[in-house]
Amino acid sequence: MNDHTTIRLLKDKVFRGTVMFLACFSMLPLLLILYYITRNGIAVINWEFLTQLPRPIGEVGGGVFNAVVGTVILIILSSILSVPIGITAGIYLSERSEGKIANIVRLCVVVLQGTPSIVIGIVAYIWIVAPFHSFSALSGGVALSIMMLPVIIKSTEETLKLMPYHLKEASLALGVPYYKTILKVILPTGISGILTGILLSVARITGETAPLLFTAFGNQFMNWNLFKPIDSLPYRIFYYAMSPYPEWHAFAWGASFILVVVVLGFNLIARGVAVKWKVQF
Amino acid sequence: MDDACSVNGIAIQHLNGKTKAKDVPVKSIIDKSERRFNGILFVAALFVVVLMLAILLTLIVASIPAIKTFGLTFFWGTTWDAAAEKFGALPFLLGTLITSFMAILICIPFSLSISIFLGEYFKEGAFPAFLRSSIEVLAGIPSVIYGLWGLFLLMPIVRAIETQLGVTPHGVGILTSSLILAIMIIPFSASMGRDVVTLVPADLKEAAYSLGATRFEVIKNVIIPYARSGIIAGILLSLGRAIGETMAVTMLIGNSNFIPKSIFDPSNTMASVIANEFAEATGITAASLIYVGLVLFLVTTIVNIIGTYVIKKVALEASKEVT
Amino acid sequence: MESTVLSVTDFSAYFGENQILKNINLDTGSNVVTALMGPSGCGKTTLIRCVNRMHELIPGATVKGKMYLKQDDVYAMEPIVLRRKIGMVFQKPNPFPMMSIYDNVIAGYKLNGIRLKRDELDTIVERSLRGAALWDEVRDSLHRKGTFLSGGQQQRLCIARALAMNPEILLLDEPTSALDPKSTSAIEELIVELKKSVTMLLVTHNIAQAARVSDYTAFIYLGELVEFGTTEKMFTVPKDKRTEEYLTGKFG
Repeated sequence: MNDHTTIRLLKDKVFRGTVMFLACFSMLPLLLILYYITRNGIAVINWEFLTQLPRPIGEVGGGVFNAVVGTVILIILSSILSVPIGITAGIYLSERSEGKIANIVRLCVVVLQGTPSIVIGIVAYIWIVAPFHSFSALSGGVALSIMMLPVIIKSTEETLKLMPYHLKEASLALGVPYYKTILKVILPTGISGILTGILLSVARITGETAPLLFTAFGNQFMNWNLFKPIDSLPYRIFYYAMSPYPEWHAFAWGASFILVVVVLGFNLIARGVAVKWKVQF
Repeated sequence: MDDACSVNGIAIQHLNGKTKAKDVPVKSIIDKSERRFNGILFVAALFVVVLMLAILLTLIVASIPAIKTFGLTFFWGTTWDAAAEKFGALPFLLGTLITSFMAILICIPFSLSISIFLGEYFKEGAFPAFLRSSIEVLAGIPSVIYGLWGLFLLMPIVRAIETQLGVTPHGVGILTSSLILAIMIIPFSASMGRDVVTLVPADLKEAAYSLGATRFEVIKNVIIPYARSGIIAGILLSLGRAIGETMAVTMLIGNSNFIPKSIFDPSNTMASVIANEFAEATGITAASLIYVGLVLFLVTTIVNIIGTYVIKKVALEASKEVT
Repeated sequence: MESTVLSVTDFSAYFGENQILKNINLDTGSNVVTALMGPSGCGKTTLIRCVNRMHELIPGATVKGKMYLKQDDVYAMEPIVLRRKIGMVFQKPNPFPMMSIYDNVIAGYKLNGIRLKRDELDTIVERSLRGAALWDEVRDSLHRKGTFLSGGQQQRLCIARALAMNPEILLLDEPTSALDPKSTSAIEELIVELKKSVTMLLVTHNIAQAARVSDYTAFIYLGELVEFGTTEKMFTVPKDKRTEEYLTGKFG
């Protein structure tokens, strides 16, 4: 074995070692983040934290109940707005693999998905906050629903495309009209993929703050009125984190813990649905 | 889709000519439902397009006051002064550019390593599966939480480094936000890279091995060149993400509207200045911020379209190779 | 034999618990074509891949026994050094799509980081392409990528790529099974011509091809070397009943 070969073998080993080191090192941020969230978050979480409203600074205690409720309301609102349209548009795209309009729609989906969330916030502000002269849960819901739309459309399209043709054939051969075939056979069979898409998009928007900065805006108090500002977990985290008070910083960690658990929870459920409910062919 | 196709599916269209006479009543009821169904589908699809155009139009119209006042000089104007109502976006363009590119540069070695690690060295096994799950979890963590973590863990470290170097210890600034951006885009670009690496055909790798290449040489001379366009597309898409990233950057960039002179200076990106100032902005200030938003939108859209287009091509080539 | 190029002694190969090759004993002389034939799954591809230790790339693969390439113990060498001495042509033509024809021929040198002068490389490229009977067809498009070539031409390019390294033995793993009849006969003619300059081990499931191009044939069945001898003798008076049955098409 000559020197040249030895060098080459050495390079091979060094490269392998470097790749492994860098890859493993990349896990460090994750471990650190999860560790700190858990450590600092759990320290703050108790029943009071989960069920009380924020107290003004200076007073001890309080919680993030309004933020939790606000997040739930926003999720429900944006889902109501985005799911029906998203699934319908997804069905349209799955039925047409060619066609100018279909391709334009697909392009729009790509662009929508890549649009920065803060830009969507601006648009929702102009459409809803400005005319009503008030920050509102509604505007936040609209902004979030625009963000959910592309994910739902894509996952619906992809799920339905995977449905084998013989399924359609069986139904059509029984004399079932085409549109009923889609609604009653194809769609239910593909429900796991569609549901997964919805859950993943919910997971995505649950943690979104930027579009809420000037739409839902945040609210110290509990608010059930959709036309008034509403609080949310991500907003509360931002607000507390940027404040100068250590008590609030601690609360920010607590709220982060809840948020991470919720977001990861949605992701896990989405994956579970994808596996457990999937119809095999 | 015309009526012939939609009533009974694709197979029967040529029969309709013959079945007309007898089935007219039933057919017309079904026809109506079919047409309504297709109509609803079409409306939903159209809605998406209209929404897209509406967003673009809204941004343009709302920024007209600013476009009229500043025109294109907006892009090289260096002062952003709300009191004097003079607005130039160069500080934010620079801020965005510098942080995004720094983030990509920092991210590339790590995400390439992960891609090669998972796509070539360790395709199966418990540890790779763990790494893959970690990446997915990392990708799902909301931006504001990265910001929070960065504020309390990254900022002190950067402050310490700055004190060591004798620079003003802001702690926040371009360096810190680039670091957090890099951490945030690693999961996304790593999983894209891994997908692309696994698409390299086995027989090409075999040919290279049979010629006596080491694993490193196969990776360097066969896998990477073959996967090159996919990797570049992945980088482009990650760049698009980085440019539009708002919360973590807002929390760690220091909110300064002046042109940064070093990576330790505080700054603002297009996204962060909007986040910081839009809620209370009115009049020409608001219009200028929306103008910034319009630019941000256009830049990310172009980057994303190019990246998506390249990825589609790569996937198409790969599926051809298999046959 | 004239001078033994490859000497296989009591050689067995395993994938995990499965024994694929059982005690193979085989010697090939120089400048001859030895065909390995047998029904699918009998181990002939595994045997050929053990010669250049490509078999090892699959986790769980182990071997027993000895293999000598000229004077060198195959399993005592560094694999990358070994593989440079052995050329391999695969079933499906696999030129590197990102490289030009020129670069494909010298890929062995490029990948191994061997730097040669431009005129040396030019000579190697011409010599190898001539040896693979491809020179006249591509001499004007050397710097184009090889994807426009037909299947048969791509396979000849792969042969040129292997020849460029001056291998001590050339391994061909069913080189024509993915090609049309015309390209197949072109490659078969090439193999007969190449005998003058290089020793070859040819895996084929096509009995007629073995008869056409090889000097010696080894019949492998269920991992065992059933019979080995000159092609002429084996095809006319096979010694083993199994060989006879295979040649008359009773199985495989």
